[in-house]
Amino acid sequence: MLYRENGQFKTSYRADSQIFTIRQDKIAIAGLLLLAFVLTHWLASDYFFSAILIPFLILSLAALGLNVLVGYCGQISLGTGAFMAVGAYAAYNFQVRVEHMPLIGSILLGGLCATAVGVLFGIPSLRIKGLYLAVATLAAQFFCDWAFLRIKWFTNNSSSGNVSVSELSVWGHAIDTPAQKYLFCLSFVVLFALLTKNLVRGAIGREWMAMRDMDVAAAVIGIRPVYAKLTAFAVSSFIVGVAGALWGFVHLGSWEPAAFSIDRSFQLLFMIIIGGLGSVMGSFFGAAFIIFLPIVLNQLPAAMGLQIGTETASHLELMVFGALIIFFLIKEPHGLARLWSTAKEKLRLWPFPH
Amino acid sequence: MGFVIETIFGGLMTGMLYSLIALGFVLIYKASGVFNFAQGAMVLFAALAMARFTEWIPQWTGISQPILVNVLGFVLAMLVMLAVAWAIERWVLGKLVNQEGITLLMATIGVTYLLEGMGQTLFGSDIYKIDVGMPKDPIFLFEKTFEGGVLVNKEDLYAALIAAAMVILLALFFQKTSTGRALRAVADDHQAAQSIGIPLSRIWVIVWAVAGFVALVAGVIWGSKLGVQFSLSLVALKALPVVILGGLTSVPGAIIGGLVIGVGEKVSEVYLGPLMGGGIEIWFAYVLALLFLLVRPQGLFGEKIIDRV
Repeated sequence: MLYRENGQFKTSYRADSQIFTIRQDKIAIAGLLLLAFVLTHWLASDYFFSAILIPFLILSLAALGLNVLVGYCGQISLGTGAFMAVGAYAAYNFQVRVEHMPLIGSILLGGLCATAVGVLFGIPSLRIKGLYLAVATLAAQFFCDWAFLRIKWFTNNSSSGNVSVSELSVWGHAIDTPAQKYLFCLSFVVLFALLTKNLVRGAIGREWMAMRDMDVAAAVIGIRPVYAKLTAFAVSSFIVGVAGALWGFVHLGSWEPAAFSIDRSFQLLFMIIIGGLGSVMGSFFGAAFIIFLPIVLNQLPAAMGLQIGTETASHLELMVFGALIIFFLIKEPHGLARLWSTAKEKLRLWPFPH
Repeated sequence: MGFVIETIFGGLMTGMLYSLIALGFVLIYKASGVFNFAQGAMVLFAALAMARFTEWIPQWTGISQPILVNVLGFVLAMLVMLAVAWAIERWVLGKLVNQEGITLLMATIGVTYLLEGMGQTLFGSDIYKIDVGMPKDPIFLFEKTFEGGVLVNKEDLYAALIAAAMVILLALFFQKTSTGRALRAVADDHQAAQSIGIPLSRIWVIVWAVAGFVALVAGVIWGSKLGVQFSLSLVALKALPVVILGGLTSVPGAIIGGLVIGVGEKVSEVYLGPLMGGGIEIWFAYVLALLFLLVRPQGLFGEKIIDRV
């Protein structure tokens, strides 16, 4: 009744190739942006901003980057944490070593460094495929873990090995309250989501998807595997690198290599699988799921009036987390994004399904 | 000279243990096409079960003869692993037939969390010890050949012997028994195997149980060396480069890959480590495997990957 495209005719190519072709979708997304940019100021507390919304946004961004590589181009990567780390440490070095470096500049340059490393570790993907590649990307993960721990130059010779940034500011405006940090991250996320959506709709996105579906066939019809795979690695690790820089600068403030360990890589992979491979929307769903689930699991026993020790609680959390992942994979292997589109299909026929 | 050989020897011993874990990966991959990330968690789970059962059995039954206790503990732990194998087939893999490789991989990571959580809830999360009576005293070899000889841990030697015995046992099982033949048939082609009447689900339970057995043996050996604790689950990460280096589908590959990685790791740490600031053990294995793969994308002994359109 509310959600259908009856009477909305597309009369030009322009209208046909919009991201949101249906009016209801446009209203919904405008409402969502309004909520995210403006209304949260009254709705969310400082705790909610810094403990939930900011991590959610930054990890969605990283998941989005990973989704380009895994979901669209089909190259499984277990080294996302490493690319985040490269982004964060490169941005840190630009910030510390170059005088008057603007914050946005160092974050984007951090992303570019991550791109370089991503392409370097992407080169083996031209020969190695599938699970072999997945394990080979672990080389990036462990090598970067080691490099940022042992090579003192990267951490500006800090004695404890952890680095910190303070006094963030953009064009003279300080970013120090959680709400400002949130807006800063949100701008990045919205911008990159839009860019990614357009990339994957365009020629290059189609090349990636052709590579994913069957690379030999794609090569036969004239898609260059080198170009398609390496651009996917480049775009993906740029976004992931920017997310890493934001994670270090905005969310953590000071960090050590453990912040970007292999657990982070797995976490991001979970996000896109639960959210939906090959879907921009899915990255956000997945990030929300993985961020909120532990919080809910933490609160649940107390809310039900059960008294259990912290150790048992953390083990139970692991178990429930694992079980839920299996449950979701069995019930909906295509992720939450597929559930969302099924729901929309149902909504179009509602209340008179045939 | 003695030092070089000692280093290589040490590498071979650790490599043997990596191979044991890698073997579990290969078995399951061969028979079901699942890259079983949970192998490390299975090692932890099995070792925890074994450690706790050997502790509990004297309390429950009053049996205090160490050999009997260990055997009973081993059998009970094996029963637990059987149950795990059955449960995984029944509730996880059986429901995910015909899904893509990455979905199955993710499911096994889910199983990893589940097993880690469950193992520590059921059996506790302290450090436990397994004592199967392996001698700990070091011995000297080749004392006549050159001065000083080579220092070797007797425990390591036994572990290597057990690992070798396991490999021979598994090879016999795969080549000579009818179940082994069925397993190889399933590995070759699921559909063809099913069409001539091989029950897939039972085969999968058997494979997972065999992998559980390998995990148990690996857990007992690692556990008696280092103590049973959570970090055991991370040893599996070391087995990953071994598996891809040797080839995902090859049992001998797992063994030789393990030895190559073990020796490479030790030798590089001793000779290259000081030049690069130390600690290169954590990534060396992966980079070594990556370089090997650039030459042979299917690993040393893996089946050649043929792309068809």
